[in-house]
Amino acid sequence: MSAQGITQIVFYCVALIALGYPLGVFMARVYMADRVGGRRLRFLSSIENGFYRAVRTDATKEQDWKSYGTTVLVFSVLFFLLLYLIQRVQNHLFLNPDHMAGVPSHLSLNTAASFITNTNWQYYGGEYTMSYLTQMAGLAVQNFVSAAVGIAVLVAVIRGIARRSSGTLGNFWVDLYRTLVYILLPLAVIVAAILIWQGVPQTLHGHATAHTLQGATQTIARGPVASQIAIKQLGTNGGGFYNSNSGVPFENPTGLSNFVEMLSILLIPAGLVFMFGRMVLARRHAWAVFASMFVVFLLGVAVNLPSEQHGSQVLRASGVNITQGHGQSGGNMSDKEVRFGLANTAVWTTATSDASNGSVNGGFDAQTPFGGAVPLVNLFLGEVIFGGVGSGLYGMFFYIILAVFVAGLMVGRTPEWLGKKIEAREIKYAALGALFVPTMVLVLAALSIATKSGLASIFNSGVHGFTETLYAYDSQGNNNGSAFAGFGLTNFSADFGTIAMLLGRFVPMFAALALGGALAKKKIVPASAGTFRTDGATFVVLLVGVIALTAGLMIFPALTLGPIVEGLMH
Amino acid sequence: MRNIVSSVIAIVVITAFFGFGYPLVMTGFAQVAFKGQANGSLIEKNGTVVGSKLAAQAFTGKQYFHPRPSATSPAYNAGATTFANLGPTNPELAKNVKDAADAILKLEGPYNPGLTIHDIPVDAVTTSASGIDPDISPANAALQSRRVAAVRGLSLATVQKLIKENTIGRSWGFFGEPGVNVLELNLALDKLGGQH
Repeated sequence: MSAQGITQIVFYCVALIALGYPLGVFMARVYMADRVGGRRLRFLSSIENGFYRAVRTDATKEQDWKSYGTTVLVFSVLFFLLLYLIQRVQNHLFLNPDHMAGVPSHLSLNTAASFITNTNWQYYGGEYTMSYLTQMAGLAVQNFVSAAVGIAVLVAVIRGIARRSSGTLGNFWVDLYRTLVYILLPLAVIVAAILIWQGVPQTLHGHATAHTLQGATQTIARGPVASQIAIKQLGTNGGGFYNSNSGVPFENPTGLSNFVEMLSILLIPAGLVFMFGRMVLARRHAWAVFASMFVVFLLGVAVNLPSEQHGSQVLRASGVNITQGHGQSGGNMSDKEVRFGLANTAVWTTATSDASNGSVNGGFDAQTPFGGAVPLVNLFLGEVIFGGVGSGLYGMFFYIILAVFVAGLMVGRTPEWLGKKIEAREIKYAALGALFVPTMVLVLAALSIATKSGLASIFNSGVHGFTETLYAYDSQGNNNGSAFAGFGLTNFSADFGTIAMLLGRFVPMFAALALGGALAKKKIVPASAGTFRTDGATFVVLLVGVIALTAGLMIFPALTLGPIVEGLMH
Repeated sequence: MRNIVSSVIAIVVITAFFGFGYPLVMTGFAQVAFKGQANGSLIEKNGTVVGSKLAAQAFTGKQYFHPRPSATSPAYNAGATTFANLGPTNPELAKNVKDAADAILKLEGPYNPGLTIHDIPVDAVTTSASGIDPDISPANAALQSRRVAAVRGLSLATVQKLIKENTIGRSWGFFGEPGVNVLELNLALDKLGGQH
């Protein structure tokens, strides 16, 4: 932990707020505008209306939560089928200069589910499995679309919170279009341009062959990488063009590219919190929510970085020099890159697991027991610490409702949130949304551990193998996508993963939409002296406490079987 | 039914725009503005591609600086990157680290009297994330410098100067950590001549 490293971390936090806040303000304007661009940029609304005509929707007609959810589901299922199909027949299609074979069925199914659910779990290595067509027109499109779907649903739920006595939440096609075109596309173009400048390939040429100085032949994979990496970082997707993701120099060549990619992980999720504050006219509340997330984020870095700097048991015992300074960053450099060092890998590891991004710039399987426990726990909290774009904040709404409910119980009043009475129905949706995925994760991990087919995926034997398994279902169930990457592909693990990702995406999403629908119908109750304030330090403590006591306690027993036991070993 | 029709149209429009329009426009931009980077930062020598600035390649000769260990198959395969994925208590990791350290002691020992395992920087015995980490830490380069200077009959100062020239500092002096690009350093050494 050098002073230089700490300075970089502080700068990262400052940049996140400095850019996330204006982005949030901008997004609120985009979603609340009747037409984007106003009179001066009239062509924007002309193009937008053209899209609505093409998809045969009346943009002024709003949908109730069931109709909104149904449209999301139909849209996602059809895209799922297309993505599956492209992979299966990619060998017969164009843009396949390196002659990739068709992708096997279980793997295609898992990958299609992975990308439509914004998970981007990868049981394959991109540079030797997928054709450029699949990467560009299949997977990268889903990086845009799955992100936009998440944000659209969030915007709908926020409308439900903001409105009174209303039956509708908005029009899915409008929210989808505006997210894709006004938010994701401009940001992706900027980030992709920076990455290209820094050295990320963007070409349709096939693999290059080099004749090395010692006379060997080296294959160098390249392709339309930058355009995909930009949106993979921004949309909390995380699916790499290459197997080792953003650890590969071609995905992440420099300290600057690393900073930009790392900032992109949390930028939109942070912006969405501020957007929420504007849309519900409760900016102080939004700051409190942001503070809660930020505290847990810092906590993650504060555990991961010292653990990694201290080094793994094996490296400490080996006698090699792991001390920071004198021309090295030291510590646990296993499966890490020199140009990032420890501080930048720690921030990335924490951010990517807080934000349901799942991209990595170093290997998680090789992290120290307590270092690796940070992403494991972050995922298990339900990806609500910033979380996936859209899904993170609507996931946080479940916990906010549980928090005001607990506060209400303590003072003996009907709980309220932003002027809405929270009653039995809302609590049920919130409980379903908050508890379904962690329960499912534990069940799937247990089944995997208890069966021969499940055990076949384990790479590191012993305690660490248990952690690998738990992490796999934790990651897929919570739609993160990062991995203790030794965990291997079998038909069993592919199909179990598919189930985890689909249920993990759509059950909380429908719980959130139902919650939004229920809140939209309610009247506003004027705040009184007895109303529990949701904008101060007390609320931050309560919210973080509720998260720790629900998901945190659920993971604890499993944590003792995995990382904690391993951490105590010599 | 209405949803299905709308969705199919939307999928076609979105795939056309985001799946082809966006990446192809970015490709056009890249090929015009940053041709070298866009095609993989390849390095040519006498008209032949000898590698990429962004990928380590195997160096075993005593006259060369050596990159970090690699878990790819074969080593330094820039067409199939991978982590080693060995856990922090895995005995195989312990064996790999020990083997790598022993090899370094044997290789560098004769040029560095009194060299012990405690002098070996950790990045020299650990695999990287990609398996093609193009850089080694400055500490690792310093450890190898005496051997390279001796084998090539160069002064240590000359080699140290080359190391300095091929050290990629933090971006803008701030982001990331410094590293020494092994391929570029070795190319610079070859250019000097004096190989024995």
